[in-house]
Amino acid sequence: MSVAALPAPASTAAADRRPWLGRLTVVELRKMTDTRAGFWLLLSTVLITAAAVAIVVVVADAPDLSLQDMVGLAVQPASLLLPVIGILLVCSEWSQRTAMITFTLVPARSRVMLAKLLAALLLAIVAFQVAFAFAAVGTALGGGSWRYSAGLVGQVAVYTIVPMLAGVAFGAALRNPAGAIVGYFLIPIAFAALVSIPAIDGIAPWVDQTRTTEPMLEPGMTAQEWARFGTSVALWLGVPLAIGWWRVVRGDVQ
Amino acid sequence: MGARRWPRAPAAATLPAMIESRGLTKRLGGRTVVQDVSFRCEPGTVTGFLGPNGAGKTTTLRMLCGLLDADAGDAAVLGGPYRALPNPARRVGILLDAAAQHGGRRGREALAVSAQTIGVGEARIDALLDLVGLERSAARKRVRQYSLGMRQRLGLAHALLGDPEVLILDEPANGLDPTGMRWMRELLRDFADRGGTVLLSSHLLAEVQAVADQLVIIGGGRIVAQGSRDELLAGAGTLVMAADDTVLEGALIAAGLGAVPAPDGGFIVDATPEAVGHAALDGGVALTRLGPSDGAGLEQLFLDLTAPAGIPEEVLS
Repeated sequence: MSVAALPAPASTAAADRRPWLGRLTVVELRKMTDTRAGFWLLLSTVLITAAAVAIVVVVADAPDLSLQDMVGLAVQPASLLLPVIGILLVCSEWSQRTAMITFTLVPARSRVMLAKLLAALLLAIVAFQVAFAFAAVGTALGGGSWRYSAGLVGQVAVYTIVPMLAGVAFGAALRNPAGAIVGYFLIPIAFAALVSIPAIDGIAPWVDQTRTTEPMLEPGMTAQEWARFGTSVALWLGVPLAIGWWRVVRGDVQ
Repeated sequence: MGARRWPRAPAAATLPAMIESRGLTKRLGGRTVVQDVSFRCEPGTVTGFLGPNGAGKTTTLRMLCGLLDADAGDAAVLGGPYRALPNPARRVGILLDAAAQHGGRRGREALAVSAQTIGVGEARIDALLDLVGLERSAARKRVRQYSLGMRQRLGLAHALLGDPEVLILDEPANGLDPTGMRWMRELLRDFADRGGTVLLSSHLLAEVQAVADQLVIIGGGRIVAQGSRDELLAGAGTLVMAADDTVLEGALIAAGLGAVPAPDGGFIVDATPEAVGHAALDGGVALTRLGPSDGAGLEQLFLDLTAPAGIPEEVLS
């Protein structure tokens, strides 16, 4: 069979136009879900979220149940597991060496990175909505209170989304999947231990993300709490992202 | 050693270069792995980029595709830097490493992801799977389960996704069985005959000789010979064999003919068969074989490249 016998590719208009960012984002979403690891991580996140909600509904008494607490609980699996999906989204390009394909198809490497961040953002938003829906179902089944302050929605959404983006950033900065996963979970803890040294513990409320994210699941975050959260995001998302971006855009792809 | 006899300069340009390497140089870890590599590939030709493992083929191809930055020199694909092509896969098909696919992704899905990236309809995927001889059942398997030969087939389908006019393939025949190699040769020949441009690398002379009409031979990071295959084979002189090599060598020296030992015994002589026959007659040597070397000289050059001790001095940096 000859190459000439092949059907010409559809949509020849796209032949000499660079793929737009929306399409690259859809491709990155696809890459997160079409591998065995990606599929099981996503399914695990959904199942663990459902299980957590179900356990609370069964165990807790109705008067103690509220949508607000339920949402805070339901987003926990996502905030822990989504970063791993984010890490793998970038690291697998290096560990599975698909970076060679990705960056020959799209030589503008910063567009690929942007697409990965957008894909991570979209997936995290969906994960937040799913967690919220599970929490609502759990509240209804358990006969809990529907008390929920509107301002909290944004706080919890940010609480769920930022770790996923930080996962992408750690993945880009460290490249090795195991190293990035360990680094993502351990470096902030080690850092928190470091800043608990009395001489410098004044900065701990600003950089220890366990502390900066604590107020996010309660309504009415203050400006100072947002400032502290923002500072820790700059450190744990901004810095690795800048390093990772620089490495991807400037470096040789081997 | 006869390496200096080989043409080094590219032939005079007639057709536009689809791929052009101009003095590409790359240093990695303090070592110059590619030095001043220049060649061009024209439409309708298959160029074999030939060299032993570690000669700098892969590094050169990756510089052409914009994955590695050159330390000196530059490369042009379709008249400009590869990275300046808006949607490169629609014009240039690339297979740099068949093993570089996500093991946890199904074969067909790997093609579909790339097809979506470059805006090619999924209809083309099935036709490509047929073309490269991957069964539907194989395409549904995860790439981890693929043999290297299957990965090469998948990789070639991947390179052809965007209906390109240029193909850049790094060791595409690795892992293919003899039938697969023959099939790939026919496919690449057909691609070039329809006006396409193919650049493929290999560390096996015989494999490249069978399909390429242009050869670029690299050793130790530098180009040691290049030109059309026919030119290189014709320039290879006369192969002569006798029962006793020592007597034969004496006769050749007495006749003033330059000779180098051939890979399988005998000598490659820089003269016509007639002149060699006269030399043997004068020396009273009974010949067991006399004729054009048909690339035996090329093979010797290539063998010398693969044995570090035999690399001509100027090739070692």
